[in-house]
Amino acid sequence: MNSLLEKLESVLQMPDAGTMNGMDYEFNPIPGEVEVVQVTFKDREECPIYLTESNSQMICICYLWRDDEVIAEKRTEMLESMLDMNIPMPLSAFGRIGEWYAIFGALDQHSTASSIIKELTVLSDNAIDALDAMSEYLN
Amino acid sequence: MEFFKKLITAIRGGGREIGEAILDSQGIRIYEQEIEDAKEAIKQAEDDLTAVMAKEMQAGREIERLEKERADFESKALELLEKGEETLATEVAGKIAELEAELDNQNQAKQRFAEHVAKVKEMIKQTHAKIREHEREIAMVKTTENVQKATVSISQHMDGGSSKMVAAKESLERIKQRQQDKSDRMSAAETLRAELSGASLEEKLKAAGVGDNDDRQKQVLARLKAKQQDSSS
Repeated sequence: MNSLLEKLESVLQMPDAGTMNGMDYEFNPIPGEVEVVQVTFKDREECPIYLTESNSQMICICYLWRDDEVIAEKRTEMLESMLDMNIPMPLSAFGRIGEWYAIFGALDQHSTASSIIKELTVLSDNAIDALDAMSEYLN
Repeated sequence: MEFFKKLITAIRGGGREIGEAILDSQGIRIYEQEIEDAKEAIKQAEDDLTAVMAKEMQAGREIERLEKERADFESKALELLEKGEETLATEVAGKIAELEAELDNQNQAKQRFAEHVAKVKEMIKQTHAKIREHEREIAMVKTTENVQKATVSISQHMDGGSSKMVAAKESLERIKQRQQDKSDRMSAAETLRAELSGASLEEKLKAAGVGDNDDRQKQVLARLKAKQQDSSS
C-alpha cells in the first residue's frame, strides 16, 4: 500500500507542478499516529486543508471554527444554514470533529491527479465562501 | 440501523476507542476476520453451486431422454395391442414401468438439486448482505477513529506554533485583505502598463478616427492614381 504522500506524487508531477488550477500550493506531512498531509494554498495560509486516509478513501478536511466561537443564540440558525448548504455545495459537506466545525470531501484512494486537484481547490473555495457566509454567526 | 445510533452515542460520548466501544470487546479485528471468513464461505458456496447446478442440468437431460423413450415404447405397445400381440405388449409395458420408475427417481433427484441450489443461492445472498453491513460498519468506525487521531495530530501541530490558532473571523479578514491587496496591485499594474506603453493614447486617437493607417491608405491611393495618369498620357 502506497503512502499518502506517494499517492500525491501524481499531483506533483502534473505539467504545471506547484500550482493547482492557478493556485500555488505546498504539501507538508504532519507527524502523528495516522498519516496526515497539510495542503497550504498561497494567500490562504489561514485555511489549510488536511488530507488523511481511511478505509480506501482520502479524506480532505478544512477546519473552520471551534464551537466556542459560535454566538450562542445564533447556534441553531447557523446549524440550519449549514444543513441547507450541504447539498448545493459542490463536492464538499459540513461536518464536526470534536470541538471543530469542518468542511470536507472524500475521494477514492485511487483517484487521478486531476480529481485530487479539483477536490482540493473546490474545497478551499468552499471553505473561504463558507467562512464568509457563516461569519455572522461567529464571535 | 441500530449501529448508527450506537456510533452517534459513542461520538457524542467523546471517547477515543470508538471501535471497542461499539463493536465488541475484541474490537475491529474480529469483525474483519468475520468478513474474511464470510468471503471464503461465499467462494466455496459458489463452487458448490456450480457443481449442483450442473447435476440439476444433467438430471433434466436424463428426464427428457427417459420421457422420449417412454413415449416411444408406449406407441409401440399400442401398435402391438392393435395387432393382438398381447404377450409382447405386456413385455413392453414392463419396460415402460421400469422407465417410469427411473423417471420418478430422476425427477426426485432434480427436485433435490433445485432445492439445494435455491438454498445455496439464498445463503450467498445473506452472506453478501452480512459482508456489506460489516464492511460499512467497520468503515464508519475506522473513519471516525482516523479522523479523530488526525485531528489530534493537527491540533498539536497548530499548538506547536508552525501555524497559529486564529479565530475563524480573523482568518477570514486576513484572507480577504490579502485578496483585496492582490486585486489592487493587479489593477495598479495594469494601469501603469497601459500608461507606459502609450496604449491608452493610441487607443484614444484611434477612437477619434485619427491614425497612421488612414493617412497611409490615402497616400497609396493618391500615388496609384498619379501613376495611372502618367501611363495614360
